[in-house]
Amino acid sequence: MPKLTIDGKLIEVEAGLTVLQACERAGVEIPRFCYHERLSIAGNCRMCLVEQERAPKPIASCAMPVMDNMVIKTDTEMVRKARRGVMEFLLINHPLDCPICDQGGECDLQDQAMAYGFGRSRYDENKRAVADKYMGPLIKTIMTRCIHCTRCIRFATEVAGVEEMGALGRGEHMVVTTYLEKALASEMSANVIDLCPVGALTSKPYAFEARPWELRKTESVDVMDAVGSAIRVDTRGREVMRVLPRLNEDVNEEWISDKTRYACDGLTRQRLDVPYLRKDGALRPMSWNDALKAAADRLKAAPGDRIAALAGDLSDAESMFALKELMTALGSPHVECRQDGAFLPADSRAGYLFNTTIVGIERADVCLLVGANPRWEAAIVNTRLRKRHLMGGFTVAAIGPALDLTFPVQMLGDGPKALAQIAAGTHPFSQKLKDAKAPMIVLGQGALARPDGAAVYAAARKLGELCQREGWNGFNVLHTAAARVGGLDLGLVPTGKLKDVNAILDAAASGALDVVYLLGADEIDMDRLGKVFVIYQGHHGDRGAHRADLILPGAAYTEKNGIYVNTEGRAQLAKLASAPPGEAREDWKILRALSEAAGKTLPYDTLADLRGALVKAHPGFARIGDVTPSSLGSYSGPAGSAMDAPFAHPIANFYMTDPISRASLTMSHCTEVFLNARAAKTGTHG
Amino acid sequence: MAFLDRTARSFLLAELVKGLGLTFSYMFKPRATINYPYEKGPLSPRFRGEHALRRYANGEERCIACKLCEAICPAQAITIEAEPREDGSRRTTRYDIDMTKCIYCGFCQEACPVDAIVEGPNFEYAAETREELYYNKDKLLANGDRWEAEIASNLAADAPYR
Repeated sequence: MPKLTIDGKLIEVEAGLTVLQACERAGVEIPRFCYHERLSIAGNCRMCLVEQERAPKPIASCAMPVMDNMVIKTDTEMVRKARRGVMEFLLINHPLDCPICDQGGECDLQDQAMAYGFGRSRYDENKRAVADKYMGPLIKTIMTRCIHCTRCIRFATEVAGVEEMGALGRGEHMVVTTYLEKALASEMSANVIDLCPVGALTSKPYAFEARPWELRKTESVDVMDAVGSAIRVDTRGREVMRVLPRLNEDVNEEWISDKTRYACDGLTRQRLDVPYLRKDGALRPMSWNDALKAAADRLKAAPGDRIAALAGDLSDAESMFALKELMTALGSPHVECRQDGAFLPADSRAGYLFNTTIVGIERADVCLLVGANPRWEAAIVNTRLRKRHLMGGFTVAAIGPALDLTFPVQMLGDGPKALAQIAAGTHPFSQKLKDAKAPMIVLGQGALARPDGAAVYAAARKLGELCQREGWNGFNVLHTAAARVGGLDLGLVPTGKLKDVNAILDAAASGALDVVYLLGADEIDMDRLGKVFVIYQGHHGDRGAHRADLILPGAAYTEKNGIYVNTEGRAQLAKLASAPPGEAREDWKILRALSEAAGKTLPYDTLADLRGALVKAHPGFARIGDVTPSSLGSYSGPAGSAMDAPFAHPIANFYMTDPISRASLTMSHCTEVFLNARAAKTGTHG
Repeated sequence: MAFLDRTARSFLLAELVKGLGLTFSYMFKPRATINYPYEKGPLSPRFRGEHALRRYANGEERCIACKLCEAICPAQAITIEAEPREDGSRRTTRYDIDMTKCIYCGFCQEACPVDAIVEGPNFEYAAETREELYYNKDKLLANGDRWEAEIASNLAADAPYR
């Protein structure tokens, strides 16, 4: 381990670090533009110059590896002069348009010009001007502001895996551009906005909306997929202005997907803000008291086994727990959280979790995707898989439809037959799994949400047993719904005659049910509900609300404090960032009020009481932020016979998967550009 | 002796005469009052009166919605909302000043990078209701149009000292 002196302080760091990283360890901040921890080193902004003893000139600390006995000085006149000079050169061609720049107030160039800059300019010539580029509906470009740090290019190439950005020309004529002015076709594209140290790449939907100092920042988690990315929700007044990523090394590092970032404008549209009751075929607004009474009357009138409840994909654990308790009190065994009909037994926790963990992907050497398209189902997981691929020595194979995951995937087949062959050991790939040190199998919802889900699950479990090593659990289920693992943890699976959501829907259609309670469940086929009385509790006027006979307006994920469990089984807290609109209330409060109206009062008056009861019944929910490893036992559930039909991916449109993103204008622009490709401009469009 | 002196003074109304003398002496001095509202006193070019939003000579509004005035305002009297205009430029959709909150510190005009918001020379805008003192963008732009000549000459007069 090399020892070096930084500003007179002797420290010892691991070999292979750069001087800049060593300085950070020593607590010395080095200004930088092009250097980023998660990207390759470019060394082109020269802002990180430091003085090294016995070196003839300042060294670029981001690109210089540490060596033994180095003496680094970061606070000498030479360093200050170098920084002032670099800053002056950077500002020669940077427009002084901070007042109209959206980066203003959170701009690295602004901050560093204040801290290390020269303060004046000696440049009297004309400034350079660069034509703006088209980068799709999410990224606004003002390329005159670009300082050519190439972070965006490196991100697109390395992390996102779409080699669509690059630089043309050199010296003063260098321009950063996209290939043929195409929209950046990646689910992670908007991360370049955070990476851009200046205002060259800014957020198009957020353009000129707010200033960073006006926003109230709430640290929360995302619910657009089952990854549970750490996010920061920025609100102004009641409105969510933007969503930014927050650092969580175990889950999303510092990236978030475009849907996570931009679906937030759906929070202001199509909202349910008063209770509604259907009278003569039309929904009419009414007061909470009347609505609760109407709901309670229906629930009290129906016998317990003629009531069913479905929890949706965005429900928090507290409200699902309250729903389960209420249904138990009403005598209904039909509580279901798997609204896509996926076969997922709730008895063994390891049987429905992403046991390898997302950070564990980096230790895997073989990965088999079964009916999963991580790029759309969990873009962050795909980013991690790509990161592992770039480390080298990683084989990814898939069973299911053709995939473009930004890295090579070996296709082994398209349906349960190939899976059965591998599980039985008659396929050459099963030997590969056996020989691997850390093999992982990722079971997608596309393989489970089908009539032969049980057979597929049984085969996958068998394969999962092959993927067990000392300290390594290679069986993974990749969920698409943020509420799913929480629901399974809470045991929201039917215990009565009706075994799954399809049975419940068939019973509803045949008149065997009187009331169906939908807790934000929008993904079921509403036509199959028949003539049953539907109570919909949720936040958006989506499919469920259209079918509902009674609507109880709830809160979206930014409007309540709730626990969400991600696909790894990591319980995380979503925090209240703004109040629900109008008369909408937090979901657990609605269920609590309804229980009182129905004469089965739930024994909690505050969220703390409810969490207490929740943790008492399910202690796992107390470990916020942690993953408890659980071991995969042998499986003895139902198997049934597999069909020949190939697997299909559950998500047809990445940008619209839930009521919030379906209501979002930005997401519909993205659908238009990236999926329908109608609005995509090319270089020949004037 | 003192007794005689005092008695003579009071019988001869000496204080009264002295006081009236002072009063009459002012008849020959220049007047200190003015006949407001027909006459007005001089104002410094730095006088901070009623706010106005200015335009460029071509009629384009100056304000670019940078929100620095909103940020600096110690009384939080300014409310701004912005969005891209049709031509893509950054403009306000709402620019409100609550004149009942304003403390006339002048920070807004100091903060403005484009001299858009200014405190003009007008101080005669008393109103009978509070609502009339909640200024919106139209009112502020109209103020700017009305007072542009004075505002421009005041800014020019003050320019050498900034």
